Amino acid sequence: MEEAETDIPEALLSSVQMARFVARGSVRLDAVVPPEMNAEALPVLDDGVPPVPYGTPVSQAFKPGSFPRRLLELPQVAGALRSLVGPEPTVDHHAVHIREPHGGEAQPLHADAIIDVRPDAFDVQLMYYPQQVTLEMGGTLSVPGSHLRRTNESDTGRYQNLRGQDRLVCPAGTVVFLHHGLWHGGRRNDSDSRRYMFKIRFNPRVRQRLLWDTSDLHDPEVHAELDTHFPWYEQASGRLERYNRALLWRELTGDDTFDIEHWVTRTANRPQEAAV
Amino acid sequence: MTAPTTTALRQQLLVLYLSTSALDSPVVAWSRYDGTGRTTPTAGDSDEPPYPTGVAALLDGWRLIQVAQLIPPARGHEYDTSFLKHECFFERIVDLREPA
Repeated sequence: MEEAETDIPEALLSSVQMARFVARGSVRLDAVVPPEMNAEALPVLDDGVPPVPYGTPVSQAFKPGSFPRRLLELPQVAGALRSLVGPEPTVDHHAVHIREPHGGEAQPLHADAIIDVRPDAFDVQLMYYPQQVTLEMGGTLSVPGSHLRRTNESDTGRYQNLRGQDRLVCPAGTVVFLHHGLWHGGRRNDSDSRRYMFKIRFNPRVRQRLLWDTSDLHDPEVHAELDTHFPWYEQASGRLERYNRALLWRELTGDDTFDIEHWVTRTANRPQEAAV
Repeated sequence: MTAPTTTALRQQLLVLYLSTSALDSPVVAWSRYDGTGRTTPTAGDSDEPPYPTGVAALLDGWRLIQVAQLIPPARGHEYDTSFLKHECFFERIVDLREPA
């Protein structure tokens, strides 16, 4: 069922949005899925989505007209995906997560798969919420800016709460893309409603460089986003977070002079010229 | 062989993660574990820490029982970040015969 890539209008992310992703480890698109699709999603997810072999190109992973296919063809979803991992990524895997009312325990904070410290590439996980998610429904807990920490899966499970954590509350039809390393977990559902979430992990097949709308690449807001401090950062490690973000931004832009507060430049300065 | 001793004393644990290695520095993350079974703390159950600093927990009667060592970074990994560095375990002993 190979399909030629169709000309789908895409709403690419801006440089400011990409910088926010590099700093936070996620990009959130509120209510981008229309209500009629959200209504359709619940029985579709109840029935389950057919499995896809690891590494299937996205255009071959889901049948034309199927719900996942139409979800990925929405301009803002398609544009964000292309901005993050490029054209025609492969589907790693997907999963439907359903939390019963007053059921289940909170997941321990974790990053999916195994420790993954690629300095110049990343996977993304699409998370789609077809319903409005309230605080009581136990939407996904995530920790902004945790994606560059070198930890393995649920070894972070001891941590229950961090300052500035994001306990997702969102309107129906919200899509969030997570960097593969972001600490997250499903929270306990304390409401009377079933909670649904559909997740797809994507692997890039091209170098992730300047794949987004770069017309605002030199907007001062880009630098401001990359310099964001999150309240849970320790004083000293928070500086290393900026250092590591600067390195990732260099990879994504090809600009090996980019820096934040001189963190990388200063510590790489080893002059070889003899004094005269 | 002696019969097992039953006791009404239970341990509550509070884990505070601090901004620096100083016990009076701000709390950046926290966890609680309750040996009395009276509460069931879990991931993502609060947005505000129970104490602003480690010392504030001492002032409220928690006893510090373990604090993270200061370990220099491994050569070549000086810029890596990983687990929260400044972890402090506190305990409080609760008598189940007393009202909660």
